[in-house]
Amino acid sequence: MAIPPAAPFPEPNWDAVRSSFPLLVSGAAESPELLYFDSAASSQKPEPVLSALDNFYRHDNANVHRGLYALSARATDAFENARATVASFFGAASPRDVVFTSGTTAAINLVAHSWGRANLKPGDRILLTELEHHSNLVPWQLLAAQTGAQLVFVPVLGPCGTLDESALDDLLTPGVKLFAFTHISNSLGTINPAAAWCARARSLGITTLVDGAQSAGHIPVNLSSLGCDFYAFSGHKMCGPTAIGALIARPGLLDAMPPFLGGGEMIESVSFLQSSWREAPWRFEAGTPPIAQAIGLAAACRYLDSIGLDHIAARDAALTAALKSSLASIPGLRIVGPPHERGSLVSFVMDQAHPHDLVTFAGEKGLCLRGGHHCTQPLMRKLGLPGTVRASLYFYNSFDEINAATRILADAGRYFA
Amino acid sequence: MNPLDDLYQQVILDHAKRPRNHGPLAVPPAVHSSGVNPSCGDEIEVWAEFSPDDRLSRIHFAGQGCAISQAAASVMTARCTGLSREDARARIAEFSEILTGTSEPDLFALGEVAAFAGVRRFPQRVKCAMLAWRALEKLLAP
Repeated sequence: MAIPPAAPFPEPNWDAVRSSFPLLVSGAAESPELLYFDSAASSQKPEPVLSALDNFYRHDNANVHRGLYALSARATDAFENARATVASFFGAASPRDVVFTSGTTAAINLVAHSWGRANLKPGDRILLTELEHHSNLVPWQLLAAQTGAQLVFVPVLGPCGTLDESALDDLLTPGVKLFAFTHISNSLGTINPAAAWCARARSLGITTLVDGAQSAGHIPVNLSSLGCDFYAFSGHKMCGPTAIGALIARPGLLDAMPPFLGGGEMIESVSFLQSSWREAPWRFEAGTPPIAQAIGLAAACRYLDSIGLDHIAARDAALTAALKSSLASIPGLRIVGPPHERGSLVSFVMDQAHPHDLVTFAGEKGLCLRGGHHCTQPLMRKLGLPGTVRASLYFYNSFDEINAATRILADAGRYFA
Repeated sequence: MNPLDDLYQQVILDHAKRPRNHGPLAVPPAVHSSGVNPSCGDEIEVWAEFSPDDRLSRIHFAGQGCAISQAAASVMTARCTGLSREDARARIAEFSEILTGTSEPDLFALGEVAAFAGVRRFPQRVKCAMLAWRALEKLLAP
């Protein structure tokens, strides 16, 4: 009998995975027990990321690129190796397509200031969706005011939170210069068909930006198959440190873009009246970069790869399905967002209580939730909601935690009845 | 009392469910202002009428928000009606002190607004409680 080939990535022991998150281990011993359901805001950090940060500061800490001594060379190597790790994690063509930023917001602002001001003229259109986080809306409002470009939006279809694909046919026209949209909605969990949209935009010569804040580290993202021109993400939502993320661009795009922030590190030669710029990506990294954070982010990429993004996505989906059906059993609780496939979060409202009252109640019981507009105020207004409560998960959550969270929310429903 | 029951005292839940002086007043004679809590997007509107001797003769509010913001608005309409501008400002300062102060509130002197001392344990909720009171404050400038 033939022996079946061993799977290249056996499904991990999720209890063992969870035990590599020190905060979750100590939180489980607290009273009340910590139930962390706010990973869409920021994820917890595993040992390999913490030790990468600690190790850098203890053994390799120096400024990068400028020091002509061994310690600085070591720090520079570690920093540039981190760029290569991030490039490979996301399937970027080259590390030179990766600009380190403080996160998704800074990455989108970089595109707006640099690419946007160089490429947009009055009357050009910027196509967004009604699902966008403020960080993929406000930078374009500012850019539109500066350039005379117009903002147009793919409308959302009611509380299911899916976008009106038929409207996209009319909206995605050559007058649009940029189509910027979220990969996964932070507010409702909607997953947008990013690859298909990018292909359609590209066939019309429209530049695309995908806000990957909620997809990075949750589902496999390979930029060569995603086909966007720009991808922006944050490290701290994918097990990495805060204050690090990146803008990843299609090859060649960054080199054609003017600098955004000026300062040290990004220059080739400076005289009193003018300067010339380094090549990309360093042109966009003025000042001392977030060195330790970049190294921590690379450790997060290696950590997630060691589990396997396919396993992480499947675990996210199984936990989210369980949470959704468990919450649906609570009287007065109404789930908002797509009926089927969704990112690893559930957004809901309860007839008896305002989101902030629910979140305060849950917080006192150890359950960390988020309540309010989730930085999507126009969307909430359109859906006629005062905000929602959002429970967001990651692979380190457990089914037991979902049961405990459901009991707390059922109690809250009775408390405010 | 546990911190939750201290925050959501019966008097607060009662005002939140059955708000007093709710709904708009005609402008004029009323004056109108509004407040927004940017962290949650809650909006509240406040209307006030002044009597010939410049006292707050009617105060109404509308809007939607959490139990704390709605109850604080409802209590405010009762607590400040009939006051001069100066006395109303003093009541607003007194309410702020209840929310953030350290000394035990005087239940006898304060009445039902003393119930809001439970907010002290929840500093993120102070803005919710102050929302309507700050909107009223804007109407007190002579």
